[in-house]
Amino acid sequence: MSEDLMQQAIDLANRARDLSDDAAALARETARISSDSGLVEAVGPSPLITGLTVFILAIFVGYYVVWRVTPALHSPLMGVTNAISSVIIVGALIAAGTGDFGFSEIMGFIAVTLASVNIFGGFLVTHRMLSMFKKKQK
Amino acid sequence: MSYNLAAFFYLIASVCFILALRGLSHPESSRGGLRFGIAGMVIAVITTLFIMPQVNFVLILLGIIVGGAIGTVIAIRIQMTALPQLVAAFHSLVGLAAVLVAAAAFYNPAAYGIGVPGDIKTASLIEMAIGAAIGAITFTGSIVAFAKLQGLVSGKPVVFAMQHWLNLALGILAVILIIWMVAGQSATAFWLLVLLTLVLGVLIIIPIGGADMPVVISMLNSYSGWAAAGIGFTLGNNLLIITGALVGSAGAILSYIMCKGMNRSFISVILGGFGGESAAAGAGDGEQRSYRQGAADDAAFLMRNAEKVIIVPGYGMAVAQAQHALREMADLLKGEGVEVKYAIHPVAGRMPGHMNVLLAEANVPYDEVFEMDEINREFAETDVAFVIGANDVTNPSAKSDPASPIYGMPVLDVEKAQNVLFVKRSMASGYAGVDNPLFYMDQTMMLLADAKKMCEDIVKALEA
Repeated sequence: MSEDLMQQAIDLANRARDLSDDAAALARETARISSDSGLVEAVGPSPLITGLTVFILAIFVGYYVVWRVTPALHSPLMGVTNAISSVIIVGALIAAGTGDFGFSEIMGFIAVTLASVNIFGGFLVTHRMLSMFKKKQK
Repeated sequence: MSYNLAAFFYLIASVCFILALRGLSHPESSRGGLRFGIAGMVIAVITTLFIMPQVNFVLILLGIIVGGAIGTVIAIRIQMTALPQLVAAFHSLVGLAAVLVAAAAFYNPAAYGIGVPGDIKTASLIEMAIGAAIGAITFTGSIVAFAKLQGLVSGKPVVFAMQHWLNLALGILAVILIIWMVAGQSATAFWLLVLLTLVLGVLIIIPIGGADMPVVISMLNSYSGWAAAGIGFTLGNNLLIITGALVGSAGAILSYIMCKGMNRSFISVILGGFGGESAAAGAGDGEQRSYRQGAADDAAFLMRNAEKVIIVPGYGMAVAQAQHALREMADLLKGEGVEVKYAIHPVAGRMPGHMNVLLAEANVPYDEVFEMDEINREFAETDVAFVIGANDVTNPSAKSDPASPIYGMPVLDVEKAQNVLFVKRSMASGYAGVDNPLFYMDQTMMLLADAKKMCEDIVKALEA
């Protein structure tokens, strides 16, 4: 009797596992379909092309803006660009703050910390540099 | 917050960053520009926190507070002469952060909406791989640059046989690893790629010598931007793409300006080896030439009776921390009615604009400091050119001697001044290993001493 019950329980557990596997596979499939640029996004350009457009235009903006930077301020320029390139913290925040705690979150946490060093350090040291540039006192 | 609204705020942050760079066109507008930069960063971070489905504030705040505290302390404590090292160190952090974000995206792609583990979109994988690779190169490359600038390792170029072929082979291997990683969704390939590019970063920077450091720093600045842009593509985040492109092009332009300042092609800097033993072969013909040596009193006498003095600072001034004593000397001269100006060569120092910051630190007004092109013709009507800690950038053989390794490099026309005072520790040649004929000219007086000590002695002589 008890062996019967045991057997039934094992069968049930196995079926539950199979079902959960199926569900996971389905979820993966849905995620793939929804994330692939399938039916919904077929109308517009792919994210890659949109990104590339933005990227190339931004390079041109950067080119013209940076050529106007006075040579005297080239060091502060490095300080500022260094600080703003730490905007990569945006990606790190998303990884760090999912609510779970796993490998990705640890990676994200370290990246948030590193980027913060850079943001605070970069802006502050640039501020120090810029506040030293003074005009001749007449 | 909807994704469209978030994208709008990201756009505002991008514009803030552009304005921050725009402000640097003049010292007066630069401080306002910096405020835009900070505002952009705050907007970017807050917007991101709002679009995240759930936020682990504890972890994020901890990261920001710890990182922010470290950054703040470093930025407050750092000496202005150590700026190049600091910037190199900061670049390495951006590089490492890019690698880590790429890794996080690889293991938890769902958080970024680019697929599920084992089934990440192909385009995202490629972008991720490129972002991680550039990030890793930036990371170790900057560490090597930092070590060279900090003096932890020799600043001399490290060259060995087949070096460039090795780098090329590793580069090709990296491409193969990227293909493997994309085709097989392989974590092994991802980590091998990271490892390989970490090594590559070291190998790319070690052959580049001390005098080329301004180019290296600018180049790494550029790389850190491209790494950020690569991650931006992975995450489909326009703010990251725009900022990465801005930083990338800023670094590229600075590299170009520095290369031009040395009349070297970017390729030849990358290939490295300059300033090593091979270049030293071009120095002098071995015979001992005579030069005139002077003391602080002579220098003080000459400059006090001059109408116009142009000061040419170089890296030696930074090493000796002589900028304050130098400014004191200039103030005394101005008090005696002497016109004092400063002439800056584009590659003076170890990073772009290094000398300007040091002079500004010593309270030299920025309108007395001139770029090479602005001031070069004034040397002909100058009584005394005071060269302190500079060498190669004043070498006339760059104009006259086609056999010189630095031939063609734009230099300051110091030899056109009536008198040249040359502050130098010893008669050794400069970083490029080239002898400077200026030392042996009739109008030149060598002041062989530590730059700071010499300035202080001249100040004493002027006060007497």
